[in-house]
Amino acid sequence: MQIEYLGAFGIILGVLARFWPVWVGLAIVLVLSLRFKKKLGLYGQLFDTGVGVAGVMICLFWLFTAIFASTVAPFNPLAQFPVMKNVLPGAIEPQTGEAFLFGADRLARDVFSRMVFGSQIVLIIAPAATLFALMVGTTLGLPAGYYGGRVDSILSFLANLVLAFPVILLFYLLVTPGIRETPIPQWMAGVFFIFPIIFFSTLFYTRYRSRPGLLAVQLALTLLIGGWVYLGLVFNADPFGLIAISPNQLNIFVAVVFASSPGVFRIVRGLVMDIKTRDYVAAAQTRGESPWYIMLWEVLPNARGPLIVDVCLRIGYTTILLGTLGYFGLGLAPESPDWGTGIKESSRLLRAYVHPALPPVFALMSFVLGLNLLADALREQSLKD
Amino acid sequence: MLSFVLRRLGVMALTMLCLTLVVFFLVNLEPNLKKLAISQLDMRSSSEQLESWLQKNGYRENFFVRYGQWLGVVQKQPNVDPGTGRAVPRFSYCNEPAEPRYSGILQGDFGCSTKFKVPVASKLFPALGATGILMFWVMMVMVPVSLLIGVLAGMREGSRTDRTLSVASIATTATPEYVSGVIFAVIFASWLGWLNGSAATATREGISFYNFTLPVMTMAVYGIGYIARMTRASMVEVMTQQYIRTARLKGLGFGAVVVKHALRNALIAPFTVIMLQFPWLLTGVVIVEVMFRYQGFGFTLVEAASNNDIDLLLGCSLVSVFVVLSTQLISDVGYAYLNPRIRVQ
Repeated sequence: MQIEYLGAFGIILGVLARFWPVWVGLAIVLVLSLRFKKKLGLYGQLFDTGVGVAGVMICLFWLFTAIFASTVAPFNPLAQFPVMKNVLPGAIEPQTGEAFLFGADRLARDVFSRMVFGSQIVLIIAPAATLFALMVGTTLGLPAGYYGGRVDSILSFLANLVLAFPVILLFYLLVTPGIRETPIPQWMAGVFFIFPIIFFSTLFYTRYRSRPGLLAVQLALTLLIGGWVYLGLVFNADPFGLIAISPNQLNIFVAVVFASSPGVFRIVRGLVMDIKTRDYVAAAQTRGESPWYIMLWEVLPNARGPLIVDVCLRIGYTTILLGTLGYFGLGLAPESPDWGTGIKESSRLLRAYVHPALPPVFALMSFVLGLNLLADALREQSLKD
Repeated sequence: MLSFVLRRLGVMALTMLCLTLVVFFLVNLEPNLKKLAISQLDMRSSSEQLESWLQKNGYRENFFVRYGQWLGVVQKQPNVDPGTGRAVPRFSYCNEPAEPRYSGILQGDFGCSTKFKVPVASKLFPALGATGILMFWVMMVMVPVSLLIGVLAGMREGSRTDRTLSVASIATTATPEYVSGVIFAVIFASWLGWLNGSAATATREGISFYNFTLPVMTMAVYGIGYIARMTRASMVEVMTQQYIRTARLKGLGFGAVVVKHALRNALIAPFTVIMLQFPWLLTGVVIVEVMFRYQGFGFTLVEAASNNDIDLLLGCSLVSVFVVLSTQLISDVGYAYLNPRIRVQ
């Protein structure tokens, strides 16, 4: 059977057309942001520089792609069309009449749809894992920097222990099918996922201790929502069945949190050691505030600038880590459409076919680039103040 | 200074002890031991056969006894042949003597690789040598290029050169090895055909420009952006100092000021950054060696990890942790040495 092809111009037009919900979303955000720039604080200032606009737009592009993935992608990322095996970009699938815009891979799946659906996996795991790492690192970094002494020595030793491990070795040991047969990922998840609950409980308790009514509501909400997520993630026993995570995803998630929280710990510890010498901390100490109140309500808000920049960079770094996991075939299912797995699959066949390798490569690169540009623009803005 | 170095060495030894214990625990988990037994016998072995293999080779002894044996503080026992009742060597292909002896890391014995069927030392050290060559060329490319980019960008903050180079360095930090490797292989190996997309021949026939450029380039690119940005930041800071203005005001040319006054002070910070790049370079080594099939340390590590080759994997982790910790120490000592304002307490 003869397969018809679109020309280069047709491919470009086709790709632009497929992304229509993304363009609409970007246009709305851009117009609204420029309209209300003055009122948006730090986010509004990002639109002052070209680097900032580019960073925001690239990140939002992938965010909208992930949200509207099922509209943007013409095919199911796992569906195979035997006639289309290894076809070049622009080939038209005879039955549906839809084009394989970026061609098909060696298992005759649509590369474009796989790239689009891959963004979903990356944009769920990377930011979520970074936020958990932030919680763990902050909750441990605050006391280490504030108290110093023995607490600091022990926690720093543990953090350096993890940091001394090459990441790849850590992944080869922690993300294996073998380890999923043991309860180790569950234990680690149990330890890491308790930190957000501790963090928010302490946060509310130290501030609103004198107002028991308000405190009770806040604590109840924290424990209820936190406990719900905790049950779903750690024990896979969410009573409503909304939050569920497969064992291999939990394994990846825990390993990534484990690998990146010592970095957050070090940064938070350094910031706290610097900020605790300021006058307002001394003032709070003189007022007789409790140490945790000072850490959470005096020190932490003043450390937010560098922390926001670090979170942006760290999400990019986590994306790279996820790609590494995919590239070595660790954790993610072999047919998973994520970008790392896509690069692994196609890089072995570069001699024969180049086209399946390029979309995931440029997707990963552009997303990380967007985050790095965003971090750079944020750093510039926070230096200005 | 001496007591500082001694204390750091003590912490280093403790860290290595803790980490090897963790690795030892992880490779000796039940599923991993099963995997090892299956790879040593064959897929169709019954679970009794697997169990008896594990029993026979001493994998069922107490965890801490076995860790002690690996470390060299507990005697390693030979296997006992159940038929004759005589002692036989545990792994005949490693020429292990058939007698109880202290032979562990402390005695310089890294053990026996079950995957390659050779002593670990004779596999690990040639691989380290091969990776050393790769690292040498990566450093030769990465350090001068990144320092040059950083100095050029930081010389005149906010100029067009600065902005172009800064965006370029951000772009390279967003390009991990598996991404740049694919892009370079597509451009230089598939389309242009100038370079070889595989470094497998480098192990046998020695390295050449044709087979070694792609791995070196791929690894260097990711590091360049980071070091260049650090150099730029440090250069920008130095250029605002009073003594630079003084030098300019006394009539010195801009080039002379940069070379004679600014450069020396601006290169202190990048030195530590380059040293702290080593842990990341180790990960890069693994990716690049797997991608370009170069038989070095990273390739060995992947083989050891995917076959659960216990002794080889422990040897690999020991080496990599040692590299990471000693570069940290060198960077701290070197920083204090280069910058007289910092004195180590």
